[in-house]
Amino acid sequence: MDMLRRTILKGASVSGVLSVALAAGVLKPGQVLAADWNKSAFDSKDLDGAMKGLGATAATESKDIVLKAPDIAENGAVVPVDVASNIPNTSELSILVVKNPFPLSTTFHFSNGAIPEAAVRLKLAQTSVVKVVAKADGKFYTAQKEVKVTVGGCGG
Amino acid sequence: MADPMKIRAQMKGDAAEIRVLMSHPMETGQRKDGAGKVIPAHFIQSVTVTVNGKTVVDGQIGTSVSRNPVFGFRVKGAKAGDKVVVSWVDNTGDKRSDETAIN
Amino acid sequence: MKYTITLGALAALSLAGIAPSAAAQGKPAAEKHHMKPMHAMPAMKAAPDPTTADFEKFREVLEDDNPAELFEQKGKELWTMKRGPKNASLEQCDLGLGPGVVKGAYVKMPRYFADVDQVMDAERRIVYCMETLQGFKAADLAKKPFSSDSSTPDPVSLTTYVAGQSRGMKLAIPQKNPKEREAFEVGREIFHYRAGPYDFSCATCHGEDGKRIRTQVLPNLSSKSGAMAATQGWPGYRMTGGLMHTIQWRMNDCFRQQRFPEPGYVSQTITDLLTYMAVNANGQVYKGPGIKR
Repeated sequence: MDMLRRTILKGASVSGVLSVALAAGVLKPGQVLAADWNKSAFDSKDLDGAMKGLGATAATESKDIVLKAPDIAENGAVVPVDVASNIPNTSELSILVVKNPFPLSTTFHFSNGAIPEAAVRLKLAQTSVVKVVAKADGKFYTAQKEVKVTVGGCGG
Repeated sequence: MADPMKIRAQMKGDAAEIRVLMSHPMETGQRKDGAGKVIPAHFIQSVTVTVNGKTVVDGQIGTSVSRNPVFGFRVKGAKAGDKVVVSWVDNTGDKRSDETAIN
Repeated sequence: MKYTITLGALAALSLAGIAPSAAAQGKPAAEKHHMKPMHAMPAMKAAPDPTTADFEKFREVLEDDNPAELFEQKGKELWTMKRGPKNASLEQCDLGLGPGVVKGAYVKMPRYFADVDQVMDAERRIVYCMETLQGFKAADLAKKPFSSDSSTPDPVSLTTYVAGQSRGMKLAIPQKNPKEREAFEVGREIFHYRAGPYDFSCATCHGEDGKRIRTQVLPNLSSKSGAMAATQGWPGYRMTGGLMHTIQWRMNDCFRQQRFPEPGYVSQTITDLLTYMAVNANGQVYKGPGIKR
């Protein structure tokens, strides 16, 4: 219920509506997550802002983070990215596309047996470094890889 | 109303592999339509996965995720027959929840 | 059987609403016999360059979870739902294997349908069923036949569903009926038909091995080994735009890119072209709806 309380304590009008909805039993706890969205991190237009929003400015590089992405993406609209962390007690993985208008693309929290890994498909506005940030025991770790985006033909 | 998701959940070794396809425009708010007007942002903001009612993945999503998103996760301690529920909520408040059993 | 190619092709193009510009410009028919013999000389497959190899590696990943499945799901729902002015489902639609048989039908089309005395490809037949069984008007369906940001036309989802029901099966496009053979011959002629302001034909880009547009390799659709590329992966989820497209769209867009007039939606011209390309690939395994750049 911690998350719920946080949402309601924000005191914005949205929370008012939400708490009514919650009281009425319309929403289940899991569904208020959108209100818990890390706005400052997702709305940042540069990497520094996004890292700050994640609280990860002190992240150190780690070889225990696995980042699989193509060297050259066939199409920047759909770039398959697989991330995983072998750092013990990893509870959170974020993926950032450094050159995108809003670099932060996803943050996943893992619990109850979920392995800290995720497969996603991302839009890359242009050739960019893709960065993973792992959170383990309150500390942040990072790894990155450049993905080149090409201009294609007429599409199969 | 949003179209149903397609969820696959399968035991692979000691972990359940959960793959989800979602039907969503994931509009960034950066594009313009034919008339030059900005197409408003419309994107999934949160994705949650539960196994037998317990949350295993809580995801926050931004506009960089591709249209018709695809996600893959793995969960230890799950077993065949367990109920997997995947839910999403987008920035307009639209939401969708679908379920399947692990096989 | 000696087939009078020129007239047949011109007639087909005319049916599609195309003014055959080569003819209009008074080019002699002999000038357009650039066609390569299509006998099966399997093209030598060179090792792909590193970029293409990287594309192929990740293409497998993409195919593994293909959003096309969402449209298959939608198409199945549309197939069984009672709809249209006649409030009927498509469950009695005959795709060539008898009313209601969907499994395996896609890899046997285009084929001859006695009830219309015509050769039809899958989407054309589905539109025909929507007309006859459900009472939809073909002209209405032709108004906006291709997927856009805002909508996916029903025939697209339906064709994707039908195609998915032939996943893993071998292409076996029949050529027994004289009309099926005619469709093949006319299709071959259209494939090599040079026209338009750039004097292009399908064969200009797809008649030789090793051609590309930017980073994309262009399959040689006139070769036995390349022909499957015309069928494989269609209907396809196109990464650009994230839209589901059938091969009707591909043909339409190739015509546009050649600066030809647009072919009519589900016209005989397209059926003929598809017959030519699919027959060349007979015997190869169709993997189901795919993913395209």
